[in-house]
Amino acid sequence: MSVENLVSQLKSGLDAPICLTWELTYACNLACVHCLSSSGQRDERELSTEQAKAVLDELRDLQVFYINIGGGEPMVRRDFFEIIEHSIANGIGVKFSTNGAFIDKKNAARLAAMDYLDIQISLDGVDAETNDAVRGEGSHATAIRAMENLCDAGFGPFKISVVVTRHNVDQLDEFKALADSFGAQLRVTRLRPSGRGADSWNDLHPTNAQQRHIYEWLLAHGENVLTGDSFFHLNALGDPLPGLNMCGAGRVVCLIDPIGDVYACPFVIHDQFKAGNVLDDGGFTKVWRESDLFTELREPQSAGACASCGSYDACQGGCMAAKFFTGLPLDGPDPECVGGEGEKLLSSVPVALIPRPSMDHSKPARTKVTA
Amino acid sequence: MHPQVALRPEPFGALAYHYGNRRLVFLRHPDMVKVVKSIGEHPTVRDALNATGVEQSRWPAFISALSSLTTSEIIRVR
Repeated sequence: MSVENLVSQLKSGLDAPICLTWELTYACNLACVHCLSSSGQRDERELSTEQAKAVLDELRDLQVFYINIGGGEPMVRRDFFEIIEHSIANGIGVKFSTNGAFIDKKNAARLAAMDYLDIQISLDGVDAETNDAVRGEGSHATAIRAMENLCDAGFGPFKISVVVTRHNVDQLDEFKALADSFGAQLRVTRLRPSGRGADSWNDLHPTNAQQRHIYEWLLAHGENVLTGDSFFHLNALGDPLPGLNMCGAGRVVCLIDPIGDVYACPFVIHDQFKAGNVLDDGGFTKVWRESDLFTELREPQSAGACASCGSYDACQGGCMAAKFFTGLPLDGPDPECVGGEGEKLLSSVPVALIPRPSMDHSKPARTKVTA
Repeated sequence: MHPQVALRPEPFGALAYHYGNRRLVFLRHPDMVKVVKSIGEHPTVRDALNATGVEQSRWPAFISALSSLTTSEIIRVR
């Protein structure tokens, strides 16, 4: 079967997801300005330990090989280790994203003793100034300490996960050198206008010239740098980047949020992209296989306004979430279309028509009380 | 087949996942799945292809695919 046939098969959906993200909690000790899930405070409807284990048992029966755990800060949950140990014991490998605040020496040793576990530590600047402007004061030092602890505990090659912004795009070589110095693997992903990212995207997203730099840098580094396939919109610039070059939302990927709602992907926490809840009759399996939303996403998608562009086969019209949260039509160009077609449209979108995330768990802003 | 590899049946063939090196590989034809599953029971690749009824004209494609599965350690040489 050719690659094209495989991709068209994948677009029509699989019996179970390949890559499932599960955000365990909306609680977080940080308040990153680009948080995809607008996390901060715990949701009181959060799945219980038993409910979470039941979902894992279902994923085991579906032969989901591994899950990506995130949040919020997943290690905030008191049952964090209980949940990941249950997952791994059932043959579901775990990759979790963390800001590192809870990876002290003791936890690092515990994590290092586990098999089938990958850890991604988020870092958005090689220096504290660049990182902390996005992730909060002290978060650079926290992340580096966690990396040192994992390294000292002999965890092996963890991952450093970077969201590429206008301000850190010139640090790609330095990020790579930092990862190499820890024997770690570098992962870079695309900034999305989702969650609190809706409010920071204008200031943070790379310029078109920077996008070309990202593309060339990724092409030069090939499969040595992980991207979660998040930059396929850049393929319109030339040879394709490694990966499947397709939007997997509802087809091969999905998101389970902390309260069990199932969304098409981690970047579209909005009612329009909610397929159901793991606690519904039939559980996750029924949502994945039968929900109206996922069925619709597996139908052939229209290229719309992009149909006449010679690059559509390469970029696939870009990212559904990026279009949605900037108010652009889903069957048109990505806001970061390298041909500039998205940018042209952005200025004509009335602000009132730009969808807002359906949920916001941000902590209330603190105001200083002066005597 | 590597002991740390699991296969999940899919309409196009199967997904193969290596829990050790975390590689996910697509086996893009049901015949390829049969070969990978049974390869350990045969002394040579030729015997495995014969036993699963793969026509000789398709052998070069199968051998090249099996070779790349060796690189990703989905299967390994005894």
